[in-house]
Amino acid sequence: MPEIDLDATAHEHAAHLRAGDYTARALAEATLARVQAQEPALNAYITLTEERALAQADAADVRLRAGESGPLIGVPIAIKDLLCTRGVRTTAGSHMLEPFVPFYDATVVARLDAAGAVTVGKANLDEFAMGSSTEFSAFGPTHNPWDLDRVPGGSSGGSAATVAARGVPLSIGTDTGGSIRQPAALCGILGLKPTYGRVSRFGVVAFASSLEQVGPFGRDAEDVARLLGVIAGPDERDATTAPMPVPDYTADFGRGLGGLRVGVPQQFLDRGLGPGVGEAIEQAIAVFEREGAIIDRSVTLPSADAALAVYYLIAPSEASANLARYDGVKYGFSYHEGGSVEEDMAETRGRGFGSEVKRRIMLGTYALSTGYYDAYYLKAQRVRTTISREFDAAFADHDLILTPTSPTTAFRLGEKLSDPYAMYLNDLFTIPVNIGGNPAISVPAGFAEGLPVGLHLIGRHFEEGTLLRAAHAYATLTDWHMRRPPATPAS
Amino acid sequence: MALTADEVRHIARLARVALSDEEVERMREQLSGILDHFAVLNDVDTEGVPPTAQSLDLANVEREDAPRPSASPDEVLANAPRREGDYLRVRAVLDT
Repeated sequence: MPEIDLDATAHEHAAHLRAGDYTARALAEATLARVQAQEPALNAYITLTEERALAQADAADVRLRAGESGPLIGVPIAIKDLLCTRGVRTTAGSHMLEPFVPFYDATVVARLDAAGAVTVGKANLDEFAMGSSTEFSAFGPTHNPWDLDRVPGGSSGGSAATVAARGVPLSIGTDTGGSIRQPAALCGILGLKPTYGRVSRFGVVAFASSLEQVGPFGRDAEDVARLLGVIAGPDERDATTAPMPVPDYTADFGRGLGGLRVGVPQQFLDRGLGPGVGEAIEQAIAVFEREGAIIDRSVTLPSADAALAVYYLIAPSEASANLARYDGVKYGFSYHEGGSVEEDMAETRGRGFGSEVKRRIMLGTYALSTGYYDAYYLKAQRVRTTISREFDAAFADHDLILTPTSPTTAFRLGEKLSDPYAMYLNDLFTIPVNIGGNPAISVPAGFAEGLPVGLHLIGRHFEEGTLLRAAHAYATLTDWHMRRPPATPAS
Repeated sequence: MALTADEVRHIARLARVALSDEEVERMREQLSGILDHFAVLNDVDTEGVPPTAQSLDLANVEREDAPRPSASPDEVLANAPRREGDYLRVRAVLDT
């Protein structure tokens, strides 16, 4: 039997498993050993699910021996600890849900299980997915494998870091304003936010219901495409899923970059990018141009500059409503030493939630309160319409819009903790996409001062296939996605 | 836009979040700063523009209204902080 190469992609593992080169059990054991060895440095997981992984691996081996084939049978994966897992605690990165053990699987988790994936653990995240650095986790920050003194991005920082460190080939994150794409960029891997409605949110701890989507992380476009193909599609338990069939997301992989009409909004490149980021993006644009893409620098999204404000009104407003359920009565952390029901509830929430979550609940409560609703919330929803219309207009004669994923590379732990607005600016380029509901991907595009830079491609609604075609072509022409971070133990 | 400490306490009361005096002051500073950034919305002319609640063009999604197995009381109540039989136990809501 050949030795297991834990740096392999999911599709490489799948081929070896089908060929009988090694068993899913052996792969799961080797993966768990590496992940455990990396944990002291990375803290990428809140809960490791060894038992579940080995049971799933044994079941996968039975299916493999029966000659079944599928892209995920026996392939290890990490799941953001925002998705409910039956019998495995699901914390959302919060003290509030520290004791919470769901009695059902999220639809995405159930689909992964049915597809034969092996769940290694529940990945670390900013509390309730609110943050851009994973520092707001109640379980300690995750560290960036490229430099352990830096953040991995967030909120899906654990999911990104473990894939970048070659702990697992695949992971699942969620993206409400950039929470898949920004950590993918900061960790040097691929991450895709699907079109709103493409993937079920059933069983995902709710933050901002009109903006968030579940999506895949991987180290090449094929893995991301195959994983998206498994998790996407209508779900009668989520009435916001789109009733359209799921295509083969690798179907256009042979078509290269030729003929793609790519809009580059100059306004995003002029926005105070960190050292080296603009240069890396210009080099990526040059690759697109050389390969026959038609670059148009005249495209504008005039209202995108207001997207951050729109987001920080709509998302906290939805959060203040969604998080009203944490009352200390039904499940989760509960304080009951107060003098009244109301005091118990306020203390439960005051003690159970961390600082960023409380900040957003307060912001949302304020925006929805009498006297401010029209000026803030309703105005934000009108500007949302304007931003969506500008995207639609841009996509009338462009196939893709290209920007940096994040204005900077990974920043130091603690650097932006005391300034909430500085933290919010991380998502300047990713947030407009959630406002419009469009799909977008971050692809590794080189390095600035030794840290990964992400290229951000935005597409038309439900045209994830075009994003993946371009990502595949670009990644094949470069080798940025193959670079391995130095800072993590290999086994 | 500068919030006062009393306004912050009022919002905290509406949100049922207990805040220490120190948190009230920090929240007052930070929320005031964030609200200032929202002024940019006034630069976008939205006269006659309808609000968007969600970006997907779907309405009134229906499925068959058929009974199906549901979770058991034990499953649902397994995470309850305080339980009595098949009920959640809470404090008295009304003064007696």
